Amino acid sequence: MTFILEYYNYWIVVFLMMAGFYIVISANNLVKKIVGLNIFQTSVFMLYISMGKVGGGTAPIVVEGATQYSNPLPHVLILTAIVVGVATTAVGLSLIVRIKRAYGTVEENEFKNEDDAI
Amino acid sequence: MLEQHLAVLPIILPLIAAPITLILGRSSLSWGFATFMSAWACLASWQLLMSTLSNGVLSYAVGGWPPPWGIELRVDSANAFVLLAVSAVSTLVLIYAKKSIHKEIESSKHVLYYTAHLLCLAGLSGILMTGDAFNLFVFLEISSLATYTLVSLASDRRCLTAAFRYLVMGTIGATFILIGVGMLYMKTGTLNMLDLANRIDIYDSSRTINTGLAFIMVGVSIKLALFPLHMWLPPAYTHAPSAVTAFLASTATKVAVYVMIRFIFTVFGAEHVFHEMGMDLILMALAIVAIFKCSYMATVQSNIKALLAYSSVAQIGYMILGVSLVSVGGLMSGLLHIFNHALMKGALFMAVGAVFYRLGSVDIKAFKGLGRKMPWTMAAFTIAGLSIIGVPLTVGFVSKWYLVGAALQQNHWLLAGLVLAGSLLAVVYIGRVLEAAYFQSAPKSDVEIKEVPLMMLIPMWLLVAANVYFGIDTSLTVEAADKAAQLLFAGSNGLEGTK
Repeated sequence: MTFILEYYNYWIVVFLMMAGFYIVISANNLVKKIVGLNIFQTSVFMLYISMGKVGGGTAPIVVEGATQYSNPLPHVLILTAIVVGVATTAVGLSLIVRIKRAYGTVEENEFKNEDDAI
Repeated sequence: MLEQHLAVLPIILPLIAAPITLILGRSSLSWGFATFMSAWACLASWQLLMSTLSNGVLSYAVGGWPPPWGIELRVDSANAFVLLAVSAVSTLVLIYAKKSIHKEIESSKHVLYYTAHLLCLAGLSGILMTGDAFNLFVFLEISSLATYTLVSLASDRRCLTAAFRYLVMGTIGATFILIGVGMLYMKTGTLNMLDLANRIDIYDSSRTINTGLAFIMVGVSIKLALFPLHMWLPPAYTHAPSAVTAFLASTATKVAVYVMIRFIFTVFGAEHVFHEMGMDLILMALAIVAIFKCSYMATVQSNIKALLAYSSVAQIGYMILGVSLVSVGGLMSGLLHIFNHALMKGALFMAVGAVFYRLGSVDIKAFKGLGRKMPWTMAAFTIAGLSIIGVPLTVGFVSKWYLVGAALQQNHWLLAGLVLAGSLLAVVYIGRVLEAAYFQSAPKSDVEIKEVPLMMLIPMWLLVAANVYFGIDTSLTVEAADKAAQLLFAGSNGLEGTK
């Protein structure tokens, strides 16, 4: 039991990762796929941030009397990854807008049928 | 001053050129500028390859921060070799694109095409040269985002769904790599590849490291379209504009193969990956299935771009097969095939794009009787096709020769036979096109079909000439690939090149 509680952050990460991945695979609506992709990516951000945490350490800012700091590097890395994630979401959503214009739908099964008919 | 910063030029030139291209705004102006910058990057990578062949490894600290802390660009003969292929093909495709994209991309989007192409080139060069695992992920995403945009530029609406599928799969792959890199960082506390390699040695049997290895291998396998994870590739290549397909097919997946080689040999160590984790058997099995399943899929396609796309997945099988042999010879044939396949697939997709330029179709029916109507294009297709099959005097023969040689060295007679049998399937799918082009009469039509403009023929024929030249004079390619393979193998045993 303590094993589960001690690593609760990683359990959250694993749950979000699986949930996001499942949504990407199973969702029929393209917007939902992007949402799933976002949840999947966010879980990785949390993985990085929680591994940068040092027990008892404060935020990595110079303050009076603090001797232990959390590792700032994963935070910085994940800032970059968040930007990448935002860019991916933007490209994905703009593709969805163009798909909606071209096919009149964002449901995958509907435009698949249309393509097969050609 | 530029000499000193040679290592960073192939990344920084296209990266700076991309926004300037966007500002230039006019189609022909931005074309000239983009081609010039790409050619300059190509020249720089040629110099880099020459300098690494004579002086060994080149290490460049970005921003003056020394390696374990700052981001390091590390150029050795392995990545300089692939970089030369990437930047050369990029330049040729840009020359070719001026005419080609007029037919396939709306004129308002031409500037966007050149911008995205340059961004993609910058990302690919970055992936090749960086010595930092996280930086690799960032460059991977730069090139991928540009790629999704490039694929979606075609006027056929099916390119949109293909690009979307590519985006979803590509993002999952890149995120897997990110998870893997995170696990490595968790255990070792460093991101520099050399540093990682040294510290991973200590934790070889750690579960975190092995999980990280699994995540990275699966992520990279999606990116390089290894057999069961290749489903994004055929639609993306089929529906993208021809110039985009010619560029991506000969660079993007090859760079991902290089990433896999880099992670296996430099970061994790061949010993650990192949002998303890048994990855060689997995890769070998997948590679063989890829060669046969996708070559077969290629033989039943009626769309020639789809045919070539499946053939690409099969050719990636040959590269991975070379890697999975775990020998200097095998790795060398894999690296050689990365370079050679860029030459032949570039030429093939350019020829198909030329047919599309004149006929507006790439269905096999459109090829009927083209041998007489577009003799130069079809001759280019024929020679590059023979190269895919592996006929002597072409580059395809050279890399298959070394692959079969490496297999025989380890007494894998069956494997050598399978490689040859795979080539027979290539005879079938290339032969179908040639048969339609040369032995069937063209349907009666009022439209006069002429040869394509010189602007498209010249880059196509330069690639074809390279196919033949490097098939006869193999001294440069074989020497570079051999040095690269030896270096990678030495690196995997902890004996790194000079700092």
